[in-house]
Amino acid sequence: MSYIKPKFEHPRAPKNALGYTRKEYEGSLSTLCAGCGHDSISAAIVDACFELSIEPHRVAKLSGIGCSSKTPAYFLNNSHGFNSVHGRMPSVATGANLANRDLVYLGVSGDGDSASIGFGQFAHVIRRNLNMTYIVMNNGCYGLTKGQDSATADQGSVSKAGSVNNFEGIDMCAIAIELGATFVAQSFSGDKGQLIPLIKAALSHSGFSLINVVSPCVTFNNNPGSTKSYDYVREHNEALSSLDFVPVKEEITTEYDEIDVKMVEMHDGTFIKLNKLHQGFDPQDKLSIINALQVARQKDEILTGLLYLDTESVELNDLIGTVNKPLNSLTEKELCPGSEVLEKINAGLR
Amino acid sequence: MSSINDFVVRFANVNGTGSASANSLFAKSIFRMGVPVSAKNIFPSNIQGLPTWYEVRVSEKGYLGRKNGIDLMVSVNPQSLKKDIASVRPGGYFVYDSTKKLYEEFLREDINFIGIPLMDICNREFSDPRQKQLFKNIVYVGALAKLLDISFEEIEKLLSEQFKGKEKLVIPNVKALNLGGDYIAENFDYPLDFRVERRDLVKDWILIDGNAAAGLGAVYGGASVVSWYPITPSTSLVSSFEKYANKLRKDPETGKNSFSVVQSEDELSAIGMAIGANWNGARAFTATSGPGLSLMNEFLGLAYYSEIPVVLADVQRSGPSTGMPTRTQQSDLLMAAYASHGDTKHVLLLPSTPTECFEMMADAFDLAEQLQTPVLFMTDLDLGMNEHMCPPFKWDDNRKYNRGKVLNAEELEAAQDWGRYKDVDGDGIPYRTLPGTHPTKGAYFTRGSSHDEKAAYSEDSDTYVRIMNRLKKKLETAKTLVPGPEFYQENNESEIGVIFFGTSRYAAEEALDIMRADGLKIDAMRLKAFPFCKEVEDFIDAHKQVFVVEQNRDAQMRTLLINELEVNPKKLIRVLNFDGTPITADLIIEPISALNLQSI
Ligand SMILES: Cc1ncc(C[n+]2csc(CCOP(=O)(O)OP(=O)(O)O)c2C)c(N)n1
Ligand code: SF4
Ligand SMILES: [Mg+2]
Repeated sequence: MSYIKPKFEHPRAPKNALGYTRKEYEGSLSTLCAGCGHDSISAAIVDACFELSIEPHRVAKLSGIGCSSKTPAYFLNNSHGFNSVHGRMPSVATGANLANRDLVYLGVSGDGDSASIGFGQFAHVIRRNLNMTYIVMNNGCYGLTKGQDSATADQGSVSKAGSVNNFEGIDMCAIAIELGATFVAQSFSGDKGQLIPLIKAALSHSGFSLINVVSPCVTFNNNPGSTKSYDYVREHNEALSSLDFVPVKEEITTEYDEIDVKMVEMHDGTFIKLNKLHQGFDPQDKLSIINALQVARQKDEILTGLLYLDTESVELNDLIGTVNKPLNSLTEKELCPGSEVLEKINAGLR
Repeated sequence: MSSINDFVVRFANVNGTGSASANSLFAKSIFRMGVPVSAKNIFPSNIQGLPTWYEVRVSEKGYLGRKNGIDLMVSVNPQSLKKDIASVRPGGYFVYDSTKKLYEEFLREDINFIGIPLMDICNREFSDPRQKQLFKNIVYVGALAKLLDISFEEIEKLLSEQFKGKEKLVIPNVKALNLGGDYIAENFDYPLDFRVERRDLVKDWILIDGNAAAGLGAVYGGASVVSWYPITPSTSLVSSFEKYANKLRKDPETGKNSFSVVQSEDELSAIGMAIGANWNGARAFTATSGPGLSLMNEFLGLAYYSEIPVVLADVQRSGPSTGMPTRTQQSDLLMAAYASHGDTKHVLLLPSTPTECFEMMADAFDLAEQLQTPVLFMTDLDLGMNEHMCPPFKWDDNRKYNRGKVLNAEELEAAQDWGRYKDVDGDGIPYRTLPGTHPTKGAYFTRGSSHDEKAAYSEDSDTYVRIMNRLKKKLETAKTLVPGPEFYQENNESEIGVIFFGTSRYAAEEALDIMRADGLKIDAMRLKAFPFCKEVEDFIDAHKQVFVVEQNRDAQMRTLLINELEVNPKKLIRVLNFDGTPITADLIIEPISALNLQSI
C-alpha cells in the first residue's frame, strides 16, 4: 500500500480557476505496491486536471483490468469511474462518448490490457479517432497476475526469474501512429515534469490521444536486465523535446520565435510549446517520427515527449455526423417519430 | 380436388439471380387480393450460385406456419431439378423452363408438368443481356398469375409502386408479365383446380419481416446508440434501424443525426459500446446471433453485476458453432438466460410476430432501464428474415419512456446518504446516477468486482452475499414487469396443456385448431418472457401433462421451466423440431394425438 498524496491539506492550499484545491481531484488511497510507477501517473493525472481546471464531475474515467486499471479509484473521486473487463475499456469508452460527447473521457490501461487481450479494441478505438485520452501504464509485464511477460516486453529483456523474452515487443506509439492516432506521446512515470504537461495537452486535444508511459513494476519487473526497470529507463530515455502547455490567454512572447522552439495551436485555442526540438524531427510530420522511432529502436533508446500531433483531427462524433447535443439528453420529442408517421409506415406495408 | 386459397407454392431459384423480388411480388399480389399468405426464404450461406428456395403458403384460414406438401413447384434451377421434382405432392404441378428438355428419368407420372420456354421467350423479346436474365423471373410470375387466377391489375399496381420515379422500368416488366400469362393462355388449361379468390381476410394487416419491425421498434423506443457486428440473420435488424433513423431522426436544423450507429470490430466491442452508452444514459442496443452471443457472455455478466441496462437482440440461427447459419432455430435460450460465468440470470423477451417485434423491442428499453440489467430480445431467423402478415403497428403519443430510477442533480442534492447499490424501495432495484450530473454528489465507481452498497470494492463475504441476494430479488421484481403469457382459453378445460413461444406459435395455433376440430380439447399457453411469472407456474400446475413445443434439439425451454419452477420433468413432454426449417402443425399434432389415444 502506498500514498500518492498527503492526507493533510493546508487551509491556504492553492486554488485553480474553478476555486478547487488539488484535493478535489484526488482519489482514494492506493492499494498498489509502494514505489509502483502507476501511482506516480495517478498523481500526474491529479495535477494535470487540477492545473487545467477541469470540472472533476465532467470527467469520466474508464479502465480495463490490471493493477494499472485499478488506478481510476486513486484519482478524481468526484468523477464517475468504470472499471470494465480485461482489454475492453475502449469499447465502453466509445459507447459512453457516443452517449454524451460533452464529457472528458480519460481511459487508463496496462500493457497486458491494451497490447494483448485488448489489442483489437486498442487498434479500433484509434482508427475511429474517439475523443479521449488513453494512458497506457506500461510495465512490460502482467503485474496483477504476478509478473508474466507482456507483449510490450522488449526482445531480450530479462525477467525477475531470469528468463529471456524471445518475442518481438510491440511498440505502442509506433503502432498507434500507423493506425492513425492523432495525438501520440511517450513518457516515463518518473518524469513528472514531462508527464503533466503531456496529459494536459492530451486532454485538450480533440480526438484520440495516446500517452504510453513506461511505468516500472517494482515487484515483478524492476530487476537488472529488464528494459522496463527504473534504472534502464533513466539511462535510455531520450527526450525529443521538453514541452510546456500554454493556456489560451497566456501571452506569447517573442522568445517563442527561437529556432529550437515550436508553438502548436490546439483545437481549443491552447498552445503547446515544444522546446529543444530534436534534430530532423517535427511532431507534425508523421514520416519524421516513424523514422525516429525506428532509429531509436536500433539504438535501444526510449524516445519520450510529444511524438505526433495532428491538429486537423476530426473526432468520431463529427466523422459520423452526430448532433452536437449529447444523445443522452434527447427526449421523446426528438427520439420518437410518433403515431402519425407510424400510420404512414403501416400504409406502405400493405 | 379443388381448393380455393389453400395451397403451397415453392420456387427453386439460383441465389443472386434477381428471383427474390419477383417471388415477393407474387406473394404480395395475393396479400393484396385480401388472402392470407406467408412466405419463407430457404437460402444457403452464399452470395451467388447455390440453390435457394422460396415457399409461399396461401391459407384462407389464416394459417401462417410452414406446411408440408408442395402443390406447385416453380423450377428455374437445374442444379436442384431432381430433388425439386421429387418434392411435389402427387397430383401437384411442376412449372419449369422448357427451353431445355427435362431428363426422361426425372419425369413422374403422378404430377403435371407445365413447361414454359422462359429462356427462349426472353431471348426473343429482350435485347439487353441483363434483362434477358432478370425477366425470366417476371415471365414465370405472369404464368403463375394466369394459372392461379391472380389479378394482373394488382401485380401491375405493385410494379408501378416498386418503380416509382423509374417509370420506364414498368413497361418492360409488364410486358414480361403478360408474356408469361399469354403463354399459359395459349398452351394450357387455366386456372388450376387450386387457385386464389379475392377475399377481405387481410383487413388492415401489414406484411413485414421481424427484423425490419424490430429496427423500427428501436427507433420508437428511443434507442440512440447502436453498435453491432454483421452476422446473419441479425444484420437486417440494424439496417432497418439505420434506414428508419436516417429518415426520422435527422435534426431539422442541421441535418445531423440524432443517433449514432457504429459497426464495431467484433461482438465483444459491440456489446461493450452498448453497455458504455447505457451507462452514460443513452438508450443503446446491439444485435447479433448465436456466435456473437457466445462472445458477449463476459460483458453480459458485467452488466448484470454492475447493474447497467442494455438491450441485445439475438436473432437465433442453427448452432452449434457456425451450424447452419441461414437456417432457423430457437437454440440460444439457455445460454441467453444464464449468460456469463458466475450466478447470473437475464430477462428474455420472446416475440412471435413482427408486431410483437416492434412492441417488445420498444418495451425492452423501458424494461432494461427500469431493471438496470440486460434485456435479451430473442427472435429467430424465421421471424427476423421472412415477411409475416401481422396487425399494424400502434404507438400511443402520450407514452413516456420509463427511464427507471435515475437521480438528477436536484434529487442528488436532496438525497440523504445515497448509495449506488442500496435497495431503498425493497424491490431490489437501486438508484443510479449518470456521469456529469452533479459536481460533488453521485459519482461512484462502476466495477465488475465485488462491491458494497456504496459501490466500494469489498471482499467481505457477507457484503457479497447480500448484494447477490438483492440481485436475485431484482429478478423477482422482473417477473412482475415482463409481459405475461397469452392463454388460448378463458378457463382451463383439459388435463393436457401445451406451451409454445416465438415462431412456433404459427404452427401451434394451426395444430390447436385442427385438434379442436377433431374434438381434442387442449389448453394452450404462449410464453412471452423469462423469468417466468406466476401464471406460467399455475398453468403447469393445473395440468397433468404439458407439451413444450420448441425448435431446438435439447428442449431448452423445457429445461428452463424445470429448473426455474421445479416442475417434475416427467410432466413436461418434448415436442421438438430442429432441422433448420420452421416447425409445422403436423409435428405438433402427432405426439399430442398419440398421447391422447393412449389415455383413452
Ligand atoms: C478475461 C480475463 N483473462 C485473464 C484475466 C486475468 N488478468 C487480470 S489482470 C491481467 C494482466 C494485466 O496486465 P496489465 O494490463 O499489463 O496490467 P498491470 O497489472 O501490469 O498494470 C490478467 C491476465 C482477467 N481478469 N480476465
Ligand atoms: S505488482 Fe507491479 S504493477 Fe502491480 S502494483 Fe505492484 S508494482 Fe505495481
Ligand atoms: Mg502491465
